[in-house]
Amino acid sequence: MGCDLDGQGEHPVQKRIVMAHIDLGNDLPGIRGPMAYCPETSKPLNELAETLLRDDNNTLSRGERELIGTYVSYLNDCFFCQNVHGSLAQHYMECDMSYIDAIKANPAATVLSDKLKALLSIAASVQKGGRSVTTGQIEKARALGATDKEIHDTVLIAAAFCMYNRYVDGLATWAPQDRQFYVDRAPRRAAEGYLDYDLHK
Amino acid sequence: MPHIEVNNDFPGIRGLMAFRPETAEPLAALAEVLLRDNEGLTRGERELIATRVSYLNDCFYCHNSHGELACIYLDGDRELVDQVRKDYRHAAISDKLKALLTIASKVQQSGKAVQPEDIAAAREAGATDKDIHDTVLIAAAFCLFNRYVDGLGATTPTDLSTYPARARQVVEGGYGKHIYSTVQPVR
Repeated sequence: MGCDLDGQGEHPVQKRIVMAHIDLGNDLPGIRGPMAYCPETSKPLNELAETLLRDDNNTLSRGERELIGTYVSYLNDCFFCQNVHGSLAQHYMECDMSYIDAIKANPAATVLSDKLKALLSIAASVQKGGRSVTTGQIEKARALGATDKEIHDTVLIAAAFCMYNRYVDGLATWAPQDRQFYVDRAPRRAAEGYLDYDLHK
Repeated sequence: MPHIEVNNDFPGIRGLMAFRPETAEPLAALAEVLLRDNEGLTRGERELIATRVSYLNDCFYCHNSHGELACIYLDGDRELVDQVRKDYRHAAISDKLKALLTIASKVQQSGKAVQPEDIAAAREAGATDKDIHDTVLIAAAFCLFNRYVDGLGATTPTDLSTYPARARQVVEGGYGKHIYSTVQPVR
């Protein structure tokens, strides 16, 4: 195994705790490790994230879309993804992480719009399995003003995080445990987006 | 009837892709690199992993579509494809592919279900790090594709005789835009 355990002292917050299942040839946290390992697949993975989560030609706000990704990552118990995307949601929504945590725990008990609550309920069903989504859930979201494109994007964001979460945890990538690490990085990711950013910074 | 009005007659994921070309492009590009890359795992092995995961996710459209692709790459051995779906441990496939299918089946449950011993067994059977990487990402990607298709109630042809023609179209032309923008092959 070529995992370099030396030189940890320089970046205590990024201290490697567990080795990934394969030798990624880098010490990057979370999905950035396999993305740097395999640029051929990271390109479409990042393009998908950019279009789904950040493209401004969308009636769902960036904050709402990041929240859907955060909620599904929470349901999939993916620490890295729920903190990266929770921090982005927090950044866009100009709130703090305790509010994001409250949404994850029980979206229905928060002051989110009824439409967003209905979309989060669809996302939670998608996390269990595509067949878990009911006609009643779709009708409810539509009655609350959700468009077909918004329903489509909600389902695809939720499905996409069922992939990203499994990629991150299925390869046992490591994740910084200090949640402030993610909050501090959110403004830069929001500004730079998911395309063409330097995985090593 | 799909849950949303897709304004086209294309089956399965193709109808959803035609509805939203902006997201179709990276999804197709991901499928192209994951399932048609000739390095390491063969195209047949990649499609078998996709078929197995889609079967576990109970996605009729995907496990039949990718099962037909695997069948073509396996010279028409439909029985073998079906055994990989249901009981790959006793199928006439390599020990390496069996070990990778075990990893893929774990990923279908959850990323965290993959254990170091699953990885060690695959490596012992000759899998490289890249094979393991591709297996995990193919399995994860089908947890996306399957949920996308069934989560939106995409149109699913129940007549299995319609699947081979679409599979041949992908074998010949790949997972590009042509699969959701041109007249669908019927035979």
